[in-house]
Amino acid sequence: MKTSEEVKEDMLEVYPAKVARKRKKSIVLNDPAEVPEIQANVRTIPGIITQRGCCYAGCKGVVLGPTRDIVNLTHGPIGCGFYSWLTRRNQTRPGTEEGNDENFMTYCFSTDMQDSNVVFGGEKKLKQAIQEIYDNFHPKAIGIFSTCPVGLIGDDVHAVAREMKEALGDINIFGFSCEGYKGVSQSAGHHIANNQLFKHVIGNSEPEEKTGKFRINILGEYNIGGDAFVLEELLEKCGIELISTFSGNSTYKGFEISHTVDLNTVMCHRSINYVADMMETKYGIPWIKVNFIGAKSSAKSLRKIAEYFDDAELTARVEKVIAEEMLAVEESLKEVLVKTKGKTAMLFVGGSRAHHYQDLFEELEMKTLAAGYEFGHRDDYEGRRVLPNIKIDADSRNIEELTVEADPEKFSPRKSEEELKSLEEKGLSFRDYEGLMPQMDTKTMVIDDISHYEMERLIEDLKPSVFCAGIKEKYAVQKMGVPLKQLHSYDYGGPYAGFKGAVNFYNDIAMMVGSKIWDLIGAPWEKDKSLPADFVNKESDAKERSA
Amino acid sequence: MLLKHTSKEIKERKALTVNPAKTCQPVGAMYASLGIHGCLPHSHGSQGCCSYHRSALTRHYKEPVMAATSSFTEGASVFGGQANLLQAINNIFTIYDPEVVAVHSTCLSETIGDDLQQIIVKAKEEGKVPEGKTVIFAPTPSFVGSHVTGFANMTTSMAVQLAEKTDKKTDQVNIVPGWVEPSDMREIKRLLKLMKVPFVMFPDTSDVLDAPMTGKHEFYPKGGTRVSELKTTGSSKMTLALGKWGSEPAAEGLKKYHQVPFETLDIPLGIRATDRFLHKLSEVTSCPVPQSITDERGRLVDMITDMQQYLYGKKVALWGDPDQLIPMTEFLLDIGMQPSYIVSGTPGKAFEKRMGDLLGDVVPDAKYKNGERADMFLMHQWIKNGGCDLLIGNTYGKYISRDEDIPFIRMGFPILDRVGHSYFPFVGYTGAMRLVEKILGSLMDYQDKTAPEEKFELVM
Repeated sequence: MKTSEEVKEDMLEVYPAKVARKRKKSIVLNDPAEVPEIQANVRTIPGIITQRGCCYAGCKGVVLGPTRDIVNLTHGPIGCGFYSWLTRRNQTRPGTEEGNDENFMTYCFSTDMQDSNVVFGGEKKLKQAIQEIYDNFHPKAIGIFSTCPVGLIGDDVHAVAREMKEALGDINIFGFSCEGYKGVSQSAGHHIANNQLFKHVIGNSEPEEKTGKFRINILGEYNIGGDAFVLEELLEKCGIELISTFSGNSTYKGFEISHTVDLNTVMCHRSINYVADMMETKYGIPWIKVNFIGAKSSAKSLRKIAEYFDDAELTARVEKVIAEEMLAVEESLKEVLVKTKGKTAMLFVGGSRAHHYQDLFEELEMKTLAAGYEFGHRDDYEGRRVLPNIKIDADSRNIEELTVEADPEKFSPRKSEEELKSLEEKGLSFRDYEGLMPQMDTKTMVIDDISHYEMERLIEDLKPSVFCAGIKEKYAVQKMGVPLKQLHSYDYGGPYAGFKGAVNFYNDIAMMVGSKIWDLIGAPWEKDKSLPADFVNKESDAKERSA
Repeated sequence: MLLKHTSKEIKERKALTVNPAKTCQPVGAMYASLGIHGCLPHSHGSQGCCSYHRSALTRHYKEPVMAATSSFTEGASVFGGQANLLQAINNIFTIYDPEVVAVHSTCLSETIGDDLQQIIVKAKEEGKVPEGKTVIFAPTPSFVGSHVTGFANMTTSMAVQLAEKTDKKTDQVNIVPGWVEPSDMREIKRLLKLMKVPFVMFPDTSDVLDAPMTGKHEFYPKGGTRVSELKTTGSSKMTLALGKWGSEPAAEGLKKYHQVPFETLDIPLGIRATDRFLHKLSEVTSCPVPQSITDERGRLVDMITDMQQYLYGKKVALWGDPDQLIPMTEFLLDIGMQPSYIVSGTPGKAFEKRMGDLLGDVVPDAKYKNGERADMFLMHQWIKNGGCDLLIGNTYGKYISRDEDIPFIRMGFPILDRVGHSYFPFVGYTGAMRLVEKILGSLMDYQDKTAPEEKFELVM
């Protein structure tokens, strides 16, 4: 087995000098005690095969995609709307018992921009399309998502949104300048989505009645494969009222009243920390980082919430739920550990999953050899303490930073300074995320925006038992004889969140690392050394082709 | 209900597309490029385009789809993408060592007016393209045509930009198969080999997007049309373009630049389109159609005569690409079915003409439309008004199928939720047998599922 230093050398060897100089800083050998600096959230080098997508994908696909009753209208040529049509596994359930509320997630809406619109402008077509959505569907809200040409030809989606909102009267319409070329990855799109939700939706209305003693939001949970359903059930069992999830299994109304909670809990720090920060400033709602991936992390997160509310009854109920849920978890671990213990994993995905899922692998007693994000920032690797030291480059500067102030009427600190301080002293940390690197072992490899080339070297050199990434990597890695677990789509399995999700994950990984099919790679005559060398005639095929 | 907002009442739309029956040009160019041996497709635009296209193709084939991107940022969008493409070409050849890089544009690079040809010439001048390696390009603006247009544009480029000038014509026939599956391309080759026709087929994604599991990731699998083969397309005696939309432009290009005569036929889907293909092939090459192929045809016709009553008069909804929809409509009529609702987002006036000729007298109330807003939402509304027995099209049909309880056969692009299309063809007589088997299977399963107990049949 090669050392991490040798693997890094292997990865950089082929690169042109300029590329090697740049990539070197994004490939780091970890030291959890003294976390080294990693280069992240910088441009991908042209010609490098990358996992990353674009700003539009982060905005429309990730953050706004999972909400059932907002019509998402893509303003642009047909492709962007088409590719983001139902391809993320955001599940949704009706908000009413009759199930008669709106659900537009199964639809794709596009202005299908043509060359004449590019030449003469697309605003007229956009207005007409909004009118037609109104006439055919009459939704509560429409979001307009800009694709690359929109910004270049200068269509003002925000002006169109304002104008049509006023003209139609009983509908909220807001635009997103999330052209694909903005920023360096999906991450820019998350930020833009956060900003617009904050400006145009959050705080728009009050709940009909304010129920429940322990009211929270979950931010950065997108209900892939039903994760949010598991968490909804879990919180209900604990007596914690979930007002809104951003944005798994969410509704427009849920967003509007989300400012009435007493605590924001943040799952995916990367995609939603902006909303958490802004809500704290404007409304006085503190936020804590949680992680419901992994049984132990789920227990820890529930305890954090209980600690925050500091209520004996809630604490007792949470402990009871944890104890109940852990029974099935422990039962399952007894079965799967035989198959998983001592195996290894690598995780290259997203902006939080490459960290969160390490907890599940720890529970399976599998070592994480290497990990990295597709669109993380330095704070997601090294922790939020590095925030003041992050240099803002041109690509980040182009993304609007909202200036937020305390709302003159709605600001009300949920906890006093003293209360917060006392909670901090007890070990609860606010506005904090410790990042991925402090959790990983010494000399494990941390790689930001891994290239396809680097991924193949990593697999060849360190031969993990399972590799976690996305659809674009899935079959290339499996062709190498290594099972790949998709952590965007869960390979259409899951849910993986909470205690129940943990058990699902254990079983799926045990299946993958224990599958016998990998042993059947290669025909027996290819492996039989007693056969003459020309028994397997690889040439004949080539000859036939050229004949 | 999954599509509960789709109303029966049809309101005219002038700007809004809902549930499109098409996607954009670059994904077609990427698919075509993968049909060149040793080729790395390159997307000159934002990262998201490349990511979306790779994801769509990967989900459809469950195979690696390698492609690079110019990774535009806001700066490149303002100042032009030349620097990005030059750097990309250098990096691609250094790191991934392909034989060919096939560059296609995007709506972004087209809107800012990047000149691919000029940039590639510059890359060559600067020594960024190693000796013996090739870069081809195709403009594929997403705001014109559809994914089929992009496929046609890249197919045209691979022929026109690589074909070499010769004075002498050979006996070889160029076959442009159009946007069909690797399985279909393999089947077309099988028929050509059985007929002993000398040919070059491009693009050819068989042995690329249906690669075997070997324990090694072959970055450039063994399939694909060789550059050496593409060079000879200019001296072929003829081009047979299968499909007006996907293939004719390449044939036209070879005629224009290399005086290769061509004929455009339908993709050989169904009996008559396959008849025309083989007949024409035999005529231009003087290679007879062997008995074994004629027997395949006989078995197909036999199967249909045996099962007519299950097919007769059944109303079918179809969506997808014109090159498939036209011969499919013809075949469905031949087997006694009623193609009743047909949409394609791909524009082109010939569609209406061909459909009119096929359906006019036989299914007078058939509804068909192509181009802008010829979408699945409209088709669903038609179905709600007139009823339907069978759906044939890409995976997005499953929502209509479930809501309306209509049997559904997956065909076209993309198929995201089933396997088989990359391995088993629909073209040729054998492919048509597979299609009939699937149609019968779904209609008869439906009958078995819904028949009252006293009408439940053992023998059918």
